[in-house]
Amino acid sequence: MVRFENVGMRYGSGPEVLHDVELDLEPGGFFFLTGPSGAGKSTLLKLMYLAERPTRGRITLFDRDVATLSRAQLPALRRRIGVVFQEFRLIEHLSALDNVALPLRIAGQGEGRVQDHVVDLLNWVGLADHIHARPRELSGGQQQRLAIARAVISQPSLLIADEPTGNVDDAIALRLLYLFEELNRRGTTVVIATHNQALIDRFGHPVLHIEGGRLERRPGRREIPGSRELV
Amino acid sequence: MARSRDLPLDRDGSARFLPWLVALMVYLAALTIAGGAALHDAVQTWDAGLAGTLTVELPRGTNGAGVPQDRIDATLKLLGQIPGVAQATRLDGPAETRLLAPWLGQDVDVQALPLPVLIDVQLKPGVSLDADTLAQRLRIVAPGTTVESHGSWLDRLFRIARLVQFGAAAIVLLIGLVAVITVIFTTRTGLAIHAPVVELVHLIGASDAYVARQFQWHAFRLGLGGGGIGLVMTLVSFAALKWTAQQGLLPGETALLPALHLPLAGWIAVLALPLVMGLVGLATARHTVLRTLGRMP
Repeated sequence: MVRFENVGMRYGSGPEVLHDVELDLEPGGFFFLTGPSGAGKSTLLKLMYLAERPTRGRITLFDRDVATLSRAQLPALRRRIGVVFQEFRLIEHLSALDNVALPLRIAGQGEGRVQDHVVDLLNWVGLADHIHARPRELSGGQQQRLAIARAVISQPSLLIADEPTGNVDDAIALRLLYLFEELNRRGTTVVIATHNQALIDRFGHPVLHIEGGRLERRPGRREIPGSRELV
Repeated sequence: MARSRDLPLDRDGSARFLPWLVALMVYLAALTIAGGAALHDAVQTWDAGLAGTLTVELPRGTNGAGVPQDRIDATLKLLGQIPGVAQATRLDGPAETRLLAPWLGQDVDVQALPLPVLIDVQLKPGVSLDADTLAQRLRIVAPGTTVESHGSWLDRLFRIARLVQFGAAAIVLLIGLVAVITVIFTTRTGLAIHAPVVELVHLIGASDAYVARQFQWHAFRLGLGGGGIGLVMTLVSFAALKWTAQQGLLPGETALLPALHLPLAGWIAVLALPLVMGLVGLATARHTVLRTLGRMP
């Protein structure tokens, strides 16, 4: 699904922010990404959702070598990736419905199908009463749920979420994680960057820990034989 | 097809000023096209009107004495005997008055002026006579007679008209070039303003063509709308010009010019300008976006 081989990354002529990253995410996996601020989490995620290209090394995504992809080939690959941005990146002049519908419309889905899917999903994330609201009319938590709905509407093969629970209370955070797990059960590979250790402990998925630009994979509680199921 | 509202292009400053800029460009282009087309039409009319005609001029005596009647009669008789001449008619007082009215006004008694005698010669269809040869024959019965075939001054007129039409075409092309540059500038500005949203839709899976479609239809609407305003301004100007001419409010010198008559091709060109401007905007915006985004990694 996602493979990083000896990947290094620097911005311009600045220092290298990722060093020799080796990573292999199997399809259908669920991973937490942790690490202190400035450790390179966002850069790693940007490489995964094709916002950046590595300065060295090789990234393989859906069995395609990213370095060999032309600009014209990128959109099709990006449509298989759902992203929840840390700062949400909702389009301010669009309604909640249109924000969530954007990936489907970009993919050329029929408008009837778009409307049905979007309304169902907005209902599911608890925004049924805010379908026509603009993002600025929503609270931080509601905006976050809207961003998540937009990321998952097209049922991506890979879901990447950067601090998706940062602006919501514990109950909603828990509910969002259940949503991600539900998607994961349907085959979506999930990578979630978070500082919420309680959630990491609770769900017990493997952890990708990054520090000083170097990545370390730690087994989740679920991968350790004999550990107790908390969820 | 892409929904044009993913990018808030309608809220750009460019969306406010561009239609008016396009309107002015269309207005100027329409006036230029109308002028060129009307001139072309007028030249064709002059050509058709003067083809197959000659003007014979019998000069007055050196002391200002009038032209003797027997000399005029002999000239008319000789002209009637020349093969190819259909009709030869002396221009009478009212005809001369009409001819000179643009220069001298309607109230001047042309009979009191020391004018030469003019004979209008109509040739049979398809016949052409050499003016110099004819003049030599006529001088036998009326010394000093000259023949004007209109060909030489018509040729000069055609050259001037062609020059003016070329200039008009060049102006229209320049206006088109300015329109293209304006759209390029506006589109690049729009891309810069909306860079975060453009990047976002790319990350969601939009192709460059998807983004380009948003800009191209926006530019098309602005071009068409601005062009429509310009067309209305043009039609109002035409109507005002026509009304002014009908009321006799134009300066006397303009009576020398042919009446402004826009041929069908001219009307089509003028009426098509908003659509052309819209299509120019569409193509330019699309090309600009694809080229700009194509340079990105």
